[in-house]
Amino acid sequence: MYDPHIRINKWNVWYGSDHALVNITADIPAKGITTIIGPSGCGKTTLLKSMNRLLDEMAGTRVKGQVWLDGINIYDPGVDVTEVRTRVGFLAPKPFPLPMSIYDNVAYGPRIHRHTLNSRGGNDHDLDGIVENNLRAAGLWEEVKDRLRTSATRLSTGQQQRLCLARALAVEPDVLLCDEPTSALDPIAAQKIEAQLQALKKERTIVVVTHMLRQARRMADYVILLWMGELVETGPAMQVFVNPRDERTRAYLDGDIG
Amino acid sequence: MKATKVEEKIFLTIMICSTVFVLSCLILILATVIWRGLPALNLSMLLQTPKGGFYLGKEGGILNAIMGSLFLAGGATALAMAISLPIALFLHFYAKRSWHGGVVRLALDVLWGIPSIVYGAFAFILMLWLGLRASLLGGIIALTFLELPIMTRGMDEAINMVHPLLKESSYSLGATRLETALKIVVRQAIPGLLTSSLLAFGRGIGDAASVLFTAGFTDHLPTSLFKPAASLPLAIFFQLSTPFPAVQNRAYASALILTGIVLGLSIMSRRIAGRLTEHVIR
Repeated sequence: MYDPHIRINKWNVWYGSDHALVNITADIPAKGITTIIGPSGCGKTTLLKSMNRLLDEMAGTRVKGQVWLDGINIYDPGVDVTEVRTRVGFLAPKPFPLPMSIYDNVAYGPRIHRHTLNSRGGNDHDLDGIVENNLRAAGLWEEVKDRLRTSATRLSTGQQQRLCLARALAVEPDVLLCDEPTSALDPIAAQKIEAQLQALKKERTIVVVTHMLRQARRMADYVILLWMGELVETGPAMQVFVNPRDERTRAYLDGDIG
Repeated sequence: MKATKVEEKIFLTIMICSTVFVLSCLILILATVIWRGLPALNLSMLLQTPKGGFYLGKEGGILNAIMGSLFLAGGATALAMAISLPIALFLHFYAKRSWHGGVVRLALDVLWGIPSIVYGAFAFILMLWLGLRASLLGGIIALTFLELPIMTRGMDEAINMVHPLLKESSYSLGATRLETALKIVVRQAIPGLLTSSLLAFGRGIGDAASVLFTAGFTDHLPTSLFKPAASLPLAIFFQLSTPFPAVQNRAYASALILTGIVLGLSIMSRRIAGRLTEHVIR
């Protein structure tokens, strides 16, 4: 058995009248990589965005159920949404650098969370150090260390994605949500991102949405398989991939459906 | 030829014709202004205030109106920016899904269509109520009303153009709406925000009716917020309405100066925008 970091309990999401997620109950174990897989439109991204309340920003959504993070239901009325998003980082499918320099992109989070980070024993005086460490953690430091003050838009797409990773890490999240993090990248850039995530999973809980089954097989420690908004199967990757319990899982893995 | 090809040709011709029509109108206006104004334009026009008998064709210049117009439109644009940006940000970040936003936008669109003389009259009533006489401040208030709708709607559009994923990036780092609005969206929308301000400035500096009662007119340079201020549109109007051809030509010279100011500002703001937009995501 494993120790859950995020518990999703009877979770429902509606977009208008469209019931996008139906009664999902699943655990995301602490540390390691959990992949959410399933055919397009099955609610993978919706489930991911439920975990840092980015759903709040979309018009016409309605939710029911609980998402527990370290024993706190993040949908409780008293919960500060910015606090949730500080602890749960997010990497989007397409890199969107902020309209500022490479340095300022990474420093953006630490600057707005100066007080929170300080109270957790961080040190904002060493912004240079924070920027360097996180660019290293994202595997981008060597490529940009001489041009930190240039615009982030001058980087290639693959570099921009690693910059977005560094930017997310700079807030020191315990959980990192990745929404098809390599789908906009060429194979080499994609491989670099995968390698960085593999290195990061020792320290952090990582959740990766992917529509690429091969990527899931390469990366996953745990798997959540969704089908038309419903949970089909969840468990350790070995078990789900090698010995699936549900007939639909077997069909999806064999490429018969989806 | 196929029917679709013919159709395309017809519509292309219509589009070219309308473009040519609009451009030739613009060129004709500019040509008239330059044709009649350029010979009357000289340094004393730019550097002197009206001397005795200026409106009869004697010596002097329109520095009073140039400075007056710059102060009036500049002050109004600054004031309108300070009001418009918060409205535009509010519309986008806080009133997007509510009916309030729709009502505010409708109100702004209606205000946009109101004739400037009405703004002048409204500001005049406001001034009476405040105990203000025709003055630079009065003119600035009237022009602010005039500029607000065009500027706010322009800024609203500029902010709406910002990609939603850029905001999502900021939110996902734990930024609040306010931080996202001020640190990310405003930065990204700067070119559009500047363009809106410039459009509003252009509308303000070119308007005669709204400053007629509110700013009044004077032959002196504007030295106080509480004294009347001259303006280029009114200078043009007064000079055009004299029976002397020499003075009428000076009106065209004044129009040329007004056009030059707007053109100069457009070029300058593009330069500034170019510098500020180094980091803007395209």
